[in-house]
Amino acid sequence: MSEETISAIIEKYRGQPSSLIHALVEIQHANHWLPREVMHQVADALQVPFAQVMQIASFYKTFSLTPKGRHEVHVCTGMTCHLRGAARLQAKVEELTGLQDGQTDADAKFTFATGACLGSCSIAPELIIDGKHYGRMTPDKVEDVLKQYE
Amino acid sequence: MTEIVLTIDDRQVKAEAGMTVLQAAQKAGIYIPTLCHHEQLEAYGGCRLCMVEVESRGWTSYVVSCLYPVAKDIIVRTRSEKVDKIRKVLVEELMAHAPDSPELVKLAEEYGADRNRFEKEASFCVLCGLCVRYCNEVKKKNAVSFFENGSVRQIKFVPEVAKNECWDCQECFALCPTSYAQAAYLLTEALAFPGQRKTASRVAKKAAKPRMVIPIMAVPMAAKDSH
Amino acid sequence: MPKLQTATELEKFRTEILAKRSSAKPCIAVCAGAACDGLDSAAVAAAFKAAAAPLGDRIEVRTTGCHGYCEKGPNVVVTPGDICYFEVSPADVPELIEATLKGEVVERLVYKDPKTGAKAVHMQEVPFYKHQTRLLMGDNPKIDPMKIDDYLAVGGYAALVKALTTMSPEQVLDEVKKANLRGRGGGGFPAGLKWETTRNAPEKTKYVIVNGHEGESAAFMDRAMLTGNPHKILEGLIIGAYAIGAQKGFMYTRHDMPLLEKHVRNALAQAAEYGLLGKNILGSGFDFECELHFDVGIFVSGESSALMRSIEGNVPEPRPKYIRTSVSGIWDKPSNLNNVETWANVPQIIEKGAAWFTSIGSEKSKGTKLVSLSGHVVNSGIVEVPMGTPLRTLVHDIGGGVRDGKTLKAIHFGGAMGGSIPADLIDAPLDFDGMSKLGAPIGAGGLLLMDEDTDMVEVSRYLMDFLTKESCGKCVPCREGMMQMLQILTRITEGRGKAGDIERLQELIEVTGVASLCALGKTSGDPLKSMFRYFKPEYEARIASGSDAK
Repeated sequence: MSEETISAIIEKYRGQPSSLIHALVEIQHANHWLPREVMHQVADALQVPFAQVMQIASFYKTFSLTPKGRHEVHVCTGMTCHLRGAARLQAKVEELTGLQDGQTDADAKFTFATGACLGSCSIAPELIIDGKHYGRMTPDKVEDVLKQYE
Repeated sequence: MTEIVLTIDDRQVKAEAGMTVLQAAQKAGIYIPTLCHHEQLEAYGGCRLCMVEVESRGWTSYVVSCLYPVAKDIIVRTRSEKVDKIRKVLVEELMAHAPDSPELVKLAEEYGADRNRFEKEASFCVLCGLCVRYCNEVKKKNAVSFFENGSVRQIKFVPEVAKNECWDCQECFALCPTSYAQAAYLLTEALAFPGQRKTASRVAKKAAKPRMVIPIMAVPMAAKDSH
Repeated sequence: MPKLQTATELEKFRTEILAKRSSAKPCIAVCAGAACDGLDSAAVAAAFKAAAAPLGDRIEVRTTGCHGYCEKGPNVVVTPGDICYFEVSPADVPELIEATLKGEVVERLVYKDPKTGAKAVHMQEVPFYKHQTRLLMGDNPKIDPMKIDDYLAVGGYAALVKALTTMSPEQVLDEVKKANLRGRGGGGFPAGLKWETTRNAPEKTKYVIVNGHEGESAAFMDRAMLTGNPHKILEGLIIGAYAIGAQKGFMYTRHDMPLLEKHVRNALAQAAEYGLLGKNILGSGFDFECELHFDVGIFVSGESSALMRSIEGNVPEPRPKYIRTSVSGIWDKPSNLNNVETWANVPQIIEKGAAWFTSIGSEKSKGTKLVSLSGHVVNSGIVEVPMGTPLRTLVHDIGGGVRDGKTLKAIHFGGAMGGSIPADLIDAPLDFDGMSKLGAPIGAGGLLLMDEDTDMVEVSRYLMDFLTKESCGKCVPCREGMMQMLQILTRITEGRGKAGDIERLQELIEVTGVASLCALGKTSGDPLKSMFRYFKPEYEARIASGSDAK
């Protein structure tokens, strides 16, 4: 899947240097990470220096330059979630997965990340897995939620 | 070009429209310290050491002189209690990374900066970006760049490009205020492409002596005997 | 759907839409806002749609944008009557359908006062809604964001018609100036003046931009507006482009909300289909097109000049403000950037006039403000009140006070670049300048309540940590200064405060505040400044009890 999809994305933006971020966002969404060889292809096709592609890819935390796990586990650390106990939630996820912020486990099952506010502050604190929101979370509920994911 | 008259350190200075305060000051022989500034490069406004006090229409503000455009009747002060404090603290912050940089040591003396004020984080790079910007804007090779953001921002050489471009250039090494650039290049070479740097002399040597294709035939007996 | 070529055609089309709708027909509006969605309102909507299908024309089900009462989601509003049902689950659906068809109310799902148990059935009676003035949010329960016809049915694009057919660009600009519409993204700068600077810039190519980045922590109203009523913002943008003389617009928003992306893309496509975007809009001779761009997950790219670098495909490094973006912005062309909420105000200003707009609000802050109420508040949600409303109304009458029976310790505004004020300042009015003077600028409008157990030292450390991660890193005072402030604050929170720490922090705040390139660095010390102003004893005690305090 990935190689053809990536080639298609690159072709779509060929010769358009100002679409660099669009191209990277699409590749990140399709592939879940940005391999270095692909970055070279993007640089060539979009006529952007390779260093600039890598600068943008390393600057934004949404892009990952290393392979990610099958499931992205996200603990929101925005201000409301923080006030309502996100730190305890984070500690619980770290304990259960053995992962620190930004890490992926050896089986490539989970990638854990913290990050700011997704705008659902009223159901703080939140655990978000693969885009699905688990609001009003407490540390004791985390294990059951994580168990649902293969 | 329209002439603009402004005051810098109580002196009347004549400048042209489109000039920055730094350019006007330098033209008049008035010194303002800089770190990330270079005539061949676009003004960056990153180090903030060239900050000056500007009084204009009754308002006082603090601006970076390398970017601030000259305007009629503004009063510029290159030294003041606040400006000096800013420079002192900025130098102290940078000396946490590169305490022995000659330029920083000189500034520390002038502004009373304490090189040990902040805990050392020995990256040796002050992120002035001279190497990156020189390589991008003047050499147009993009062999070295900024990566990451915020306090973990760093300057790194891009191995794939550095391998082919850097050895015969090396022009950014002399620009670096802390000697980090040269060290970073050599470290990158040692880790990523040891013994493989492409140099013009190597390329020339290769071109002068084209590779021989070994013919698949016995060496003639006569040639062997001639030794 | 053939393009609407003139204003007359649009109005005729609108009449046709209204003729097919009956206000007497029961309609069930299910909220699909971010929090309700997180509480699985999609399942509720699906259940309603399934149950309504066999009933054909007798009842309508609509998924809408955010109603505002996020705390009590999933939210359902039934018309006629604006009956509000809260915490609805799929199991409630059959009963609700039956009652609605009979014109009855399901008592167990309506609002109950937590103290008295008194019930409130209609929206105008529910305390959360009663104290609000919902000029911007009010239409949300009536609109399915995927249907432009719903927006037309509530009078959408009438302001655009008025502007294009009866007003010159200068007149439109003048009206916005007279209305004293101030930027709602945090700067509070008069929008009319910014428009004028852009209009007067010598370059012919000009751009207008919607800043929908909303990186400020705990602010969620812009996303709600853009997801729930994208056409309102688009209408404001087209009117603004007309006034300024811009031919192209950019909507800049977040990449991490699929529903938001879907709704905005759809809105842009539908507007183009109807002839409201493109060449010769409604026969006026005015051309305008709009592109969608995404942030990729960093707070600094919400800064006006950094955002423009991002649209160009570059790293979002801000430029100093003496190079004004209204003169030199995207690709060095004059670019007028305004926040989502600012643009959303424009149609009503044109339609009802500046005089009407200035009758709402306080002396220097006009109109209403969207506030996202969260933190330790009972009723979390999106609230809309006139400027000048006392904070007490927001905190108690609307917000219901502090949860879990605790007392209020502080109110925080402006996220990581704002400030906290103590509970005894609760009668202060919601106002740009007043709140700034108190040290808690309203910023984008995210209002957080902090209860008695809140560790203020830890909060300031948390905010500084957030900013250090979100800084671009270009300039020394922000990159290095914030890192040093964070180290000191971390030491203090870990019980290793040293004598002189407050003075160290104050010097760093001063230098970082003056020397930083952009507002992120410049205001990074503001939360601390407010902490020292109102909560200094807490810091002093923490430092004194520290192990390194000698």
